[in-house]
Amino acid sequence: MSKKIILDKESAEFTKKIIELSGEIVTLCEQCGTCSGGCPMCDKAETSPSLMMRMAALGQKEILGSDIIWYCASCYTCTVRCPRGIDISKVAEALRQIILRDSVNRIDLSKLTPAELEKLPQIALVAALRKMTG
Amino acid sequence: MRIGVYICHCGGNISDIVNIGEAVEFAKKQKDVVLVRDNGHICSNEGQMLVLSDIREFKLDKIVIAACSPSFQGQTFMKMMERAGLNPYVLEMANIREQCSWAHINYPEEATEKAKDLTNIAISKVRLDTPLSKAKMPIGKRVLVIGGGIAGIQAALDLGDAGFKVYLVEEKPTIGGHMAQLSKTFPTEDCSACILSPKMSDVAAHPNIELLTYSEVIAISGYLGNYNAKIKIKPTYVDPSKCTCCGDCSEVCPVDVPNEFNEGLSFRKAIYIPTDIAVPHSFTLDIENCLGLLPLACAKCRDACDAKAINYDQYEKTMDITVDTIIVATGFDIFNPAEKPVFGFGKYENVLTALQLERLVEHEESGKNLVDIGNKIAFIQCVGSRDEQIKKEYCSRVCCMYATKLAQLLKRNRPERDIYIFYTDLRAYGKGFEEYYKRAQKNGVKYIRGRTAEIQENPKNKKLILKVEDTLTRSLIEGEFDTVILSTGMVPSEGTKKIRDILRIGRTTDGFLAEAHPKFKPVDTLTEGIFLAGTVQGPKDIPDTVAQASAAAARAIRLMNKGEYEAEPITASIDEELCAGCGVCISVCPYDAIAFEAEGARKFAKVNEMLCKGCGSCAGSCPSGAAQQKWFNTEQIKEMLRAIL
Repeated sequence: MSKKIILDKESAEFTKKIIELSGEIVTLCEQCGTCSGGCPMCDKAETSPSLMMRMAALGQKEILGSDIIWYCASCYTCTVRCPRGIDISKVAEALRQIILRDSVNRIDLSKLTPAELEKLPQIALVAALRKMTG
Repeated sequence: MRIGVYICHCGGNISDIVNIGEAVEFAKKQKDVVLVRDNGHICSNEGQMLVLSDIREFKLDKIVIAACSPSFQGQTFMKMMERAGLNPYVLEMANIREQCSWAHINYPEEATEKAKDLTNIAISKVRLDTPLSKAKMPIGKRVLVIGGGIAGIQAALDLGDAGFKVYLVEEKPTIGGHMAQLSKTFPTEDCSACILSPKMSDVAAHPNIELLTYSEVIAISGYLGNYNAKIKIKPTYVDPSKCTCCGDCSEVCPVDVPNEFNEGLSFRKAIYIPTDIAVPHSFTLDIENCLGLLPLACAKCRDACDAKAINYDQYEKTMDITVDTIIVATGFDIFNPAEKPVFGFGKYENVLTALQLERLVEHEESGKNLVDIGNKIAFIQCVGSRDEQIKKEYCSRVCCMYATKLAQLLKRNRPERDIYIFYTDLRAYGKGFEEYYKRAQKNGVKYIRGRTAEIQENPKNKKLILKVEDTLTRSLIEGEFDTVILSTGMVPSEGTKKIRDILRIGRTTDGFLAEAHPKFKPVDTLTEGIFLAGTVQGPKDIPDTVAQASAAAARAIRLMNKGEYEAEPITASIDEELCAGCGVCISVCPYDAIAFEAEGARKFAKVNEMLCKGCGSCAGSCPSGAAQQKWFNTEQIKEMLRAIL
């Protein structure tokens, strides 16, 4: 069974929210994949930047659960290459903001096992601790 | 004075927003207005018949039509005036569609008020309109075609066949353009040179075409029916009537130069013939690279020439010609991939452009390999197209199909080859294109939907690694390729940039030259008598280029065929008595249409009505009011303002 994409009022609102927060018109994305091809984190993450952009454009909230938004180090490689001139780093930042604005502790440091600590990239760890600044 | 006012519904386009009844009542109250009507479509035959019968019945002598933009239906109503026996210039249009109902779709009341104002302005202006007559000017049958690619060739042949005198100017030593470099054409796979070469020899043999190769247009002045062009003719140092193309001169020439025709993949000599099908069929001595014309310096070629065709005593010449119309066909250059350093063109030896591959494939087919490009080959699409980072937002329209063609030709030369085409969107929009795309897939060409972010070279074996995602499976592509072909797009040619400055014609944001109207005047420019053919106007394939070239020829013939044409009467004129000779008008005129004339000690400015385009700059800037724009004189503009103040 393939995945379902639900297009409704909620998804439209979510897209609008991402556009507002990031200042980037995510619906401009033509899905060429240049961002993924050059992304230094792409082969580590489960979700590719181009898929993140697609889900943002279609307003699919599952993207908030993806790992790519935390892998993104805002290196801007995608941004300077995007043939449609979209600042993709800002979109990742907006998605992080949406999560962080709930202002809850995402991780409890004391409960992390040494194995988990080893697997977790530093940048994700740092980002997760910055509750309100992303 | 008896003015008739007609207010159009435009089938709801206007009447859904503007309150037509209110506008009609308003117009009825205006001075000199004897009849006001509203109608569903005044531009229709029925609507025009109504106006015509009203003109007779009510003895109307001036007409106001409140409808759409005059640039849309102005010509229709002017012709209607002529049918009624009235001068077309005692007609005014008020634009209550684009400027009222469409612009203020959510504000019906304000739109109605504005419609009333605009109608009132038109009524105020028409009161002061006086009949204008179009001067009839003689026009000859001479055409200058600039650029000898397939567009220029086609336009020149069509014009020549129709009995017009053509000067075809080409900056290179041969005509043929980029089409001569191509291996085959898509989607029919005709041999490009084979179908082009008969047309090239037709040009050379045509009694009505004067071919000027190795020449450049350096200046143009004048106007429709009287364009004066200055042409620089570079010396080839070879007499084409004596040259037998034996090649003995090339053999002894000690200088090697990268061969432009083979896109730098091979070398030529300083004395050379660009291609076997060159027209004129003769060698050219490239003075930039020659060791020098002094017999002491070298002179090997002259000594080797049995036909005595080489003559070092040639000099650059200029030639002045007068023509009636001009067709610009200066074509395109390919995008320089060095502007996208991520692809490593010029740095990695196995990264080539598609135009280089065209030359390679042709040599490969005939068994004369230029370089071996291996068996695992990737094409990268949209290099220099659809990319905001390099300010090239347009699609070049030919790359999807030429890559599809080249991939199949490569496979035909060696069936064991593995070809991958990395694309963003595959555009197979033309006749036979979709079928051709399907055939390539059937032949095993693999299309991968993803745009390459960068190319890396494995320094050990010079193979290439692509950083690219297959966006359909969201997976990164691994593996090495023997050769990567960059499917480079089209950019305006250097020649186009030069000729744009010389002719002062506009361009669109993409840098290509602008047509007068995107739908109805696709080969005209805003300058009368200058037409565009082929890729000078925007990227296009060969059939579209040929169609446009024939269209440009037909549009030029339309102007010249009658032997005379009617000049636009809305021009400026300067009152000699009032003119103080300050020269402000001369400095502001963008068309160089005004010059001083002297009468004894006094000098005054005079407008050349053939050059004047009626822009009004002189009338606006004249401090004494001597310069006046016909149909828009100062008194009329004052009245128009009074109507709404």
